[in-house]
Amino acid sequence: MNDATEQDTVDQQDSAPGEEHINDQEPAGGLRGYLIGLFLAALLTAASFTVAGSDFFWKPSIPAALIVLAVAQMGVHLVFFLHITTGPDNTNNVLALAFGVLIVVLVIFGSLWIMSHLNHAAMTPDDMIHTMR
Amino acid sequence: MSTATAQPGTDDTRRERHGDPHHLGRSGKGNDATGRGEGGPASKRIIVGYGFWIFLLSDIILFSGFFAAYAVLVGETAGGPTGRELFSLPYVGWETVLLLASSFTCGLASIATHKRRMLQTQLWLLVTGLLGFGFLVMEGLEFRHMIAEGAGPQRSAFLSAFFALVGCHGFHVGIGLLWLGTMMAQLRVKGFRPAILRRLLCFNLFWHALDIIWVGLFTIVYLLGAGL
Repeated sequence: MNDATEQDTVDQQDSAPGEEHINDQEPAGGLRGYLIGLFLAALLTAASFTVAGSDFFWKPSIPAALIVLAVAQMGVHLVFFLHITTGPDNTNNVLALAFGVLIVVLVIFGSLWIMSHLNHAAMTPDDMIHTMR
Repeated sequence: MSTATAQPGTDDTRRERHGDPHHLGRSGKGNDATGRGEGGPASKRIIVGYGFWIFLLSDIILFSGFFAAYAVLVGETAGGPTGRELFSLPYVGWETVLLLASSFTCGLASIATHKRRMLQTQLWLLVTGLLGFGFLVMEGLEFRHMIAEGAGPQRSAFLSAFFALVGCHGFHVGIGLLWLGTMMAQLRVKGFRPAILRRLLCFNLFWHALDIIWVGLFTIVYLLGAGL
């Protein structure tokens, strides 16, 4: 009885982000997908905390390494937990995601860029001497 | 099970069952898949999932504003405490463990939902909620500790931006917990109805998206703030 309700409500050829119905035949779907995702996410998180907390690595390289690890982990979450795939039925979701990423990048890096310029422009001679030291 | 339904034979039965009352093309020949022009409009489940995905992206854009404000103001400590003095990495690590585990159990709940197992679904949803609540308690204790030390949001622009950003994420987790409780009650009363399944799908998306935001948050705020 319960299986019949699923047949009624689910179109097996089309998939929305985050659902199990379609993707359980793919590597990113089903219990196996969640286990792989958890393993990779835990690994990347552990790497992030290790890199940030240790004195072993060359200091100036750490911010870049942390950003790369964070982006990688976000990718793992998108693929294994949110089930964003490259399939034709996910084109709309991927395009929306790409637009979202564009706006996020514009807002964050645009703000940083503009504010650092304003800081330079608004400097008093005293500040200038201060930064040159 | 799901591959069997993609066979042409079951497609025919589906067509018979639904018919094509509005002449949308579903009963026609050729590609029966929806959402790609030929097969007619996409099903409600697809549209709901897509609409919620758009909402999540707009929510992430809202967070990007808070992230930008934090990144700009991170140095403006007004002589007050810096992130290096305030943040404890092991504490944040445990918060991360709780949230990541709750994301995983939320996925297990969606698998149990897919298999229509009521008890399993409720159990995993409960574990998800408890882990999320644990995260929220840890964050609350951290905030209380900071405010008691005189590092409240009014101390400096850096701390205002910190409390706004981390607090906004915590607020989302709190809303998610309320939603989770509502979904458990609805699922218990109404069972695996199509509308309930769509809401569970949206909740899954919401909870996983919160984890993605936390990844950006612990990297930019805590790791970059405490380590450097």
